[in-house]
Amino acid sequence: MRQHDIVIIGGGPAGLSAAAAARKAGVQDILILERDGVLGGILNQCIHNGFGLHTFKEELTGPEYASRYIDMVEEEKIPYKLNTIVVDVNKNREVTYINKEEGLVTIQAGAVILAMGCRERPRGALNTPGYRPAGIYSAGTAQRLMNIEGYCVGKEVVILGSGDIGLIMARRMTLEGAKVKVVAELMPYSGGLKRNIVQCLDDYGIPLKLSHTIINIEGKERLTGITLAEVDANRNPIPGTEEHYSCDALLLSVGLIPENELSKGAGVSMNRITSGPNVDDCLETEVEGIYACGNVLHVHDLVDFVSQEAALAGENAAAYVKEGQNRKKSHKVALAAENGVRYTVPQVLNVDTMKDTVTVRFRVADVYKERYIAVYYDDKLISRKKKKVLAPGEMEQVVLKKSSFEGYPEIKQIKICTEVE
Amino acid sequence: METRNLICIGCPLGCPVTVTMDGDDINVTGNTCPRGADYAKKEVLSPTRIVTSSIRVKDGAIARVSVKTKSDIPKSKIFEVMKEIQAVQVDAPVALGQVLIKDCAGTGVEIIATKTVERV
Repeated sequence: MRQHDIVIIGGGPAGLSAAAAARKAGVQDILILERDGVLGGILNQCIHNGFGLHTFKEELTGPEYASRYIDMVEEEKIPYKLNTIVVDVNKNREVTYINKEEGLVTIQAGAVILAMGCRERPRGALNTPGYRPAGIYSAGTAQRLMNIEGYCVGKEVVILGSGDIGLIMARRMTLEGAKVKVVAELMPYSGGLKRNIVQCLDDYGIPLKLSHTIINIEGKERLTGITLAEVDANRNPIPGTEEHYSCDALLLSVGLIPENELSKGAGVSMNRITSGPNVDDCLETEVEGIYACGNVLHVHDLVDFVSQEAALAGENAAAYVKEGQNRKKSHKVALAAENGVRYTVPQVLNVDTMKDTVTVRFRVADVYKERYIAVYYDDKLISRKKKKVLAPGEMEQVVLKKSSFEGYPEIKQIKICTEVE
Repeated sequence: METRNLICIGCPLGCPVTVTMDGDDINVTGNTCPRGADYAKKEVLSPTRIVTSSIRVKDGAIARVSVKTKSDIPKSKIFEVMKEIQAVQVDAPVALGQVLIKDCAGTGVEIIATKTVERV
């Protein structure tokens, strides 16, 4: 069986950054496996700007941001295979892939980095009544059709869900001459970033209707219209609030789901909230030598944070390959998410071996104003920071310092929570 | 004295900023970085935006090349800029950073390619 020190599954922003970091850490034998015909992943179709402010201190478009990392991989001559789909990973780190040139191949990896990204929640997951005419797209599919393949997706558009891709597409379609009639969101708050509501909806006078959903889809061959209704606190449509909109395209921006079939096959333990693997501060899953980063781990808002996180996975995978069994991990401390904090990544911290600082990322459960984010080591309050606004659509973070654990040799739990007072 | 509450669009943090205008005296609060103050001042005086779109490519590996205005343009010019972008077709290959339109819609701003498209 052919062997490689590090095999990276996915050549998007996470995979590319992990590869560059692993090479920087001194690992020569790296292989990236990418199922698309080009590197860069979803950034290729995200032609809007706003990427890279944290990483490169300038505002780039998605393809520009991707090209920076593709250039790093090319300059370092890190091997990659395109049009290659991984069909299996097992707990012994054997990776099986298929492509046209080689057929079905199984290779042995010293370490595996899972960087498969996420996919969009489809219409079938929504239980929306009505026919199944042409003209209903997930927002990302519409984005690809417009920005890469050059098709006009529709002229009169309704968007369900206020995720960032839906907001970006509302602007994009407006600029291309379509009439975006409304963006409807089931929840009482938007799932997208505030700046996208300002620059994609407010700039163009597109209404955002919160606590609204689609209760009927009309049209047999081609979509002809939808019925929108307001929902109550239990998200049930309120009779008498129905409004009809004619449209020839309906875009769904109703959430992203980490793509973890391979992870599950490898036997890593999964987190119910993130739909991604449980990881420690090295971003190692519970299966030794298998790491996870990017949107396969938890869905991010910013690619900059994906790149940072993936670089950490790359460095740690490199350290694992070099140190192997000699590496010591002890005193594992669980991170608990409580009182309005939905989850944390990582879920476990190795206090003895952690780096000087570890960034813990999380999301909150609801929109909160004037709340504190508090960190407890067992029952002792360690830090508290007031935030004007917290929203589920915006990922938050706290940084834990290694030095802060000095007085807590027996610590059992790190708790991250929100507090009103 | 006039007060406006804005959301900074300088980066995805989206800071809520408050601008207080008293004649020529403009005061910005709530921003976490200098970019926020710059954005807020500009937004109340003469708002601008970067416009991103795509241009048809002939004989390219993909049908469209993504483009952007090289710098921000007045918000009021967005649709004029789009009209010019839509009227153009370029021949592959296109290189990242290549200027595809010199002075778009009289803004003095160039339209540049944001990805490389090989010829096929």
